[in-house]
Amino acid sequence: MKPEINMNMKVLVVDDFATMRKIVRNILKQIGFTNIVEADDGAHAMEVIKEDKIDFVVTDWNMPNMTGLELLKNIRATEKAKDTPVLMVTAEGLADNVVDAVKAGVDNYIVKPFTAETVQAKIEQIFAKRAKA
Amino acid sequence: MNVEFINPFLSATISVIKTMCFTDVKPGKPFLKKDQASCGDVSGIVGITGPPNGSMSLTFSKDSIVQIVANMFGESFQEVNDDIKDAVGELSNMISGTARNELGNKGYAFKTSIPTVVSGPGHEIRHMCKAPTIAIPFSTTAGAFVVEISFEG
Repeated sequence: MKPEINMNMKVLVVDDFATMRKIVRNILKQIGFTNIVEADDGAHAMEVIKEDKIDFVVTDWNMPNMTGLELLKNIRATEKAKDTPVLMVTAEGLADNVVDAVKAGVDNYIVKPFTAETVQAKIEQIFAKRAKA
Repeated sequence: MNVEFINPFLSATISVIKTMCFTDVKPGKPFLKKDQASCGDVSGIVGITGPPNGSMSLTFSKDSIVQIVANMFGESFQEVNDDIKDAVGELSNMISGTARNELGNKGYAFKTSIPTVVSGPGHEIRHMCKAPTIAIPFSTTAGAFVVEISFEG
């Protein structure tokens, strides 16, 4: 059964490329999310997370200033954000990278290239698992 | 250069452009490229650290990239503007990343740099090593583009 997802939750999309932010934003809108904000690297994302109430983070891996993995570790170490679900979108499908992300507490990950259906399925998995926890 | 490196970049290009840009591409016959002149209007270049070290570039004609990005976003573009250049960077990132994953499965531990994008008529592509460059031409219904790879050894 598909989990109930609050489509009004605030989603933060983090990527240094505007193209990928736009692709992810378009897919999230297609899924039904209405409240989407963006950051262009991990450092900027942490500023947004500290200032705002972010309910779900979708982040790239390979970014300047602060990588997606460092961002994930920072989120898990930040009291107000430590339980925020994080989906990583990455070109790094290598086993070692996946292990690092899982160890750091990622909720799910997508390897580029991906379809809208894959993104939706991964998000549903995250919230189904969270609902059971 | 190890010819084993060609196919992962070829299949990564087809997969990324089809999946992310909803565009079918047809590969042509790879050829040896002897100069730095680009075969198009806008290029993305990614450094690859091995061993062996190398680089990959992706060069689009204006007509091909404007159509490919239009397909990706569902909106039309006329010129090679900042949106198009950003898309070329991200496509370079995804194609090199996908090829790297396949090569990783074959035992090659490559790292890729953040892409740089160069544009304009007659722009040059400087690969990271002095080894021969293999160019793989691709065609789409809107125009052509070329993937180049160059690895030492």
